[in-house]
Amino acid sequence: MNWEVIIKWLPRLAEGAMLTLELVGIAVIAGLILAIPLGIARSSKHWYVRAVPYGYIFFFRGTPLLVQLFLVYYGLAQFDAVRQGPLWPYLRDAYWCAILTMTLHTAAYIAEILRGAIQAVPPGEVEAARALGMSRWQTMLYIILPRAARIGLPAYSNEVILMLKASALASTVTLLELTGMARTIIARTYLPVEIFFAAGLFYLGIAYVLVRGFKLLERWLRVDACQGR
Amino acid sequence: MNLDLHGFGPALAAGTLMTIKLALCALSLGLLLGLLGALAKTSPYKPLQWLGGTYSTIVRGVPELLWVLLIYFGTVNLMRDIGEAIGHPGLELSAFAAGAIALGICFGAYATEVFRGAILAIPKGHREAGQALGLSTPRIFWRLILPQMWRIALPGLGNLFMILMKDTALVSVIGLEEIMRRSQIAVTSSKEPFIFFMVAAFIYLGLTILAMIGLHFLEKRAGRGFIRSAA
Repeated sequence: MNWEVIIKWLPRLAEGAMLTLELVGIAVIAGLILAIPLGIARSSKHWYVRAVPYGYIFFFRGTPLLVQLFLVYYGLAQFDAVRQGPLWPYLRDAYWCAILTMTLHTAAYIAEILRGAIQAVPPGEVEAARALGMSRWQTMLYIILPRAARIGLPAYSNEVILMLKASALASTVTLLELTGMARTIIARTYLPVEIFFAAGLFYLGIAYVLVRGFKLLERWLRVDACQGR
Repeated sequence: MNLDLHGFGPALAAGTLMTIKLALCALSLGLLLGLLGALAKTSPYKPLQWLGGTYSTIVRGVPELLWVLLIYFGTVNLMRDIGEAIGHPGLELSAFAAGAIALGICFGAYATEVFRGAILAIPKGHREAGQALGLSTPRIFWRLILPQMWRIALPGLGNLFMILMKDTALVSVIGLEEIMRRSQIAVTSSKEPFIFFMVAAFIYLGLTILAMIGLHFLEKRAGRGFIRSAA
């Protein structure tokens, strides 16, 4: 193992790690915002409300992220309407394509987590809220969603870690995030083992910090106490 | 809309076959690694516990793509040394072997946790009964624990298999001619990226549905003799 090379390229890898964090951060937050209406619709009692988010979730969970990324990055450019449209400056850019795809992808998974969490809210609490005269929307906003957020948080933290690992795919559309940066450095140094090892350590480190962070968040939201544990 | 594949239909079919082969190879390796990992993690020996824990933690913390790249590009020197030692100088790992090993390792790390949960879910009394009957430890595992484990582990393994099938797309990055790679080749000549990647997406969807159906039957078979509780 050639440690000098690792230390020499550490700053560039850190640069890549920053881009990775940026991609994941934006994707999981935008994905969460997109997933809230999807998840609520998915847990609806009416089949025609459920059908649309179901189709969306089925497509995004049933196909590889790589296919989705290529569909957005290479696929959309096939249509003249897109190339002449107002969004082309963004859709031409690998950065925005990666963010868009990762957001849509993770939103499908988060929506499914949210559905499970909404359905796990004890019916007695919902009935109590309704009995107190809260409207449906008030019940959703003040009772169901805060409760579901705590139930779904552990699964959401899993999803964030999965997205961290999925972000490595952005390197296939020319983005220089952690994996992309590692591949560029290897093209220069011909030392795949050392550089991939260092990149792997970065991922492990980020994942460790995220796991710790979510533990703190769970304690702050008092997830255990809310579930009577 | 009329779907025109520009004569790339057979190529895509061959790619689909390759994807299935890769997924099955990685699955067999992963199941083996997962079983070994779970045995190590539940064993009474501290070093083995540590080994199993380290394996599943490290592998799960690093992206699958990085494993594929690391195993493909990182073993070139090693394979050459082995090749020279056994008298085959040009020895190298094919993209298929590298992909199967990398995905197998990743699958195994997650399967370790699934199997561990299943082993712990089997009542202690069954093991004690085996001991009382004078069965050896490997025999207890083979005849008592393993057959009962499947039923508990199957839903978790099914989820992992679906993730594995989607992860096979990553092996296109190192040039294996599976669905993604074949679609990319088709795109370069037809200039219709959206059509071909959409076709690829639907092939993956079809494979996922097939896997879901297969799992349903497997779960039904494994669960025969058990009544599902009303809750």
